[in-house]
Amino acid sequence: MNMPATKIEVETATPAASAAPVVAMTPKRPPRSEAYARMARETAVRVIPPLVVIALLTLVWELVCRRAGSALPPPSKVFKDTKELILDPFFDHGGIDKGLFWHLSASLQRVALGYSLSAIAGIALGVLVGQSVWAMRGLDPLFQVLRTIPPLAWLPLSLAAFRDGQPSAIFVIFITSIWPIIINTAVGIRNIPQDYRNVAAVVQLNPLEFFSKIMIPAAAPYIFTGLRIGIGLSWLAIVAAEMLIGGVGIGFFIWDAWNSSHISEIILALFYVGIVGFVLDRLIAGLGKFVTRGTATS
Amino acid sequence: MTAYLKLDHIDKIFTRGAATTEVLKDINLTIEKGQYVSIIGHSGCGKSTLLNIIAGLTGATTGGVLLENREVNSPGPDRAVVFQNHSLLPWLTVYENVKLGVDKVFSKTKTRAERDAWVMHNLNLVQMAHARDKRPNEISGGMKQRVGIARALAMEPKVLLLDEPFGALDALTRAHLQDSVMALHQKLGNTILMITHDVDEAVLLSDRIVMMTNGPSARIGEVLEVPLARPRKRLELATNTTYLKCRQRVLEFLYERHRFVEAA
Repeated sequence: MNMPATKIEVETATPAASAAPVVAMTPKRPPRSEAYARMARETAVRVIPPLVVIALLTLVWELVCRRAGSALPPPSKVFKDTKELILDPFFDHGGIDKGLFWHLSASLQRVALGYSLSAIAGIALGVLVGQSVWAMRGLDPLFQVLRTIPPLAWLPLSLAAFRDGQPSAIFVIFITSIWPIIINTAVGIRNIPQDYRNVAAVVQLNPLEFFSKIMIPAAAPYIFTGLRIGIGLSWLAIVAAEMLIGGVGIGFFIWDAWNSSHISEIILALFYVGIVGFVLDRLIAGLGKFVTRGTATS
Repeated sequence: MTAYLKLDHIDKIFTRGAATTEVLKDINLTIEKGQYVSIIGHSGCGKSTLLNIIAGLTGATTGGVLLENREVNSPGPDRAVVFQNHSLLPWLTVYENVKLGVDKVFSKTKTRAERDAWVMHNLNLVQMAHARDKRPNEISGGMKQRVGIARALAMEPKVLLLDEPFGALDALTRAHLQDSVMALHQKLGNTILMITHDVDEAVLLSDRIVMMTNGPSARIGEVLEVPLARPRKRLELATNTTYLKCRQRVLEFLYERHRFVEAA
């Protein structure tokens, strides 16, 4: 009977005695450099593999396109041709002869406006459809048909309605990105556990409080899934729409470069489009993570 | 006997399409102020439905619930519920979860500082004040249930409804929490109605045990008074003859006269 008890005592006593000074020491000095070293290592593990792959791909591209008579320029030529555009993105010679920064910013402004509208309208409609059975029966079939229409198919119609390029582009962004927002929000609302509704009922929250305190936080993970798909779609749509409506914007910049046979500029623009799209996606994902930090089901 | 909470001829019939199921039949029960009453029965007998009717979350088909001689048929903080799976809102901290109810119930009668103090007072009652800034997924199941109890208590309910509050907990945590609830009942004198399927729990905690027959058309089969003095001590009761007799009565009811038949 006595044996296990004494054994435990001995076991716990020794590490505690030897560990005490170590515990007191560690938080003071060594960790800082150690932490930096670990951080550097972790960053290296993440950054080096893609860099290697990019270097290899660039090399292959260089080798393939270097031959005389190649239709596409090799990376070295792309860099040489577009050096001015890369180094000075802020020039403005009037009209559409502007630096890439201005083209991107014009596109981003359109996306910001169209996407904000679709986020507001999408969440509102999603809540309606998720909450009301009759709204769902009435609207859902309509949404399922409308959401399959390709973004650009809306453009002629919106040009006819608005008689101007700018609002038409914004409308195309809106109509493209709204469907995933509506559908995901509705699913999120429909999936609010009955328990949360019961809690709200017992506490007697009024509809407005229920909306802000229960519904939106409970559905937030779904809503952000919709918002993230939406931002991707709207960035897809803006480039295509701008090619057709003209004016300042990254889409038209690409189209213009094609018309003037500046293939290098197209490649540079594509690079930027990709980076911006990636950043937008990360931005919404990060926002979602921040907003829903405590919402993991428990 | 003065009726504080009165269940008056409650029937509940669920209708799905053409099929109707009578879940509860002619439930009559009066509960005095400050009493601790347990409702026990096999699973599927409609205990939870009955609790939902009292809470106002489900309507009775016929009959009604009277609280202090006034009919209640919609949910409200005067009949606060402690749910089986705690139902804390995961995006709010422990403090905010309790505060949600407090802010609603005392919005006019208490100042902001008073409400804050009241939330902390109730968290202290269940010994959860130390976790005020934690989120529900950062605390254990027993702690969540404590917070659930604090949230219900903080609304100063006339009747506290417990829906199998200890069902999802391990045995040790359960015993600990039962003692806490007993101590709270002793201290605050709440009227408590508890749903349970645990015989020991029912006998230990209750003044009266309401035994329900099997569904469909479940009725109240028997009501047993538990004449044990309070405060009750778990260890002392283990050999107490009254305790054992009460326990025996409930067991006989559940396992002899109203044995649970699968898919009956």
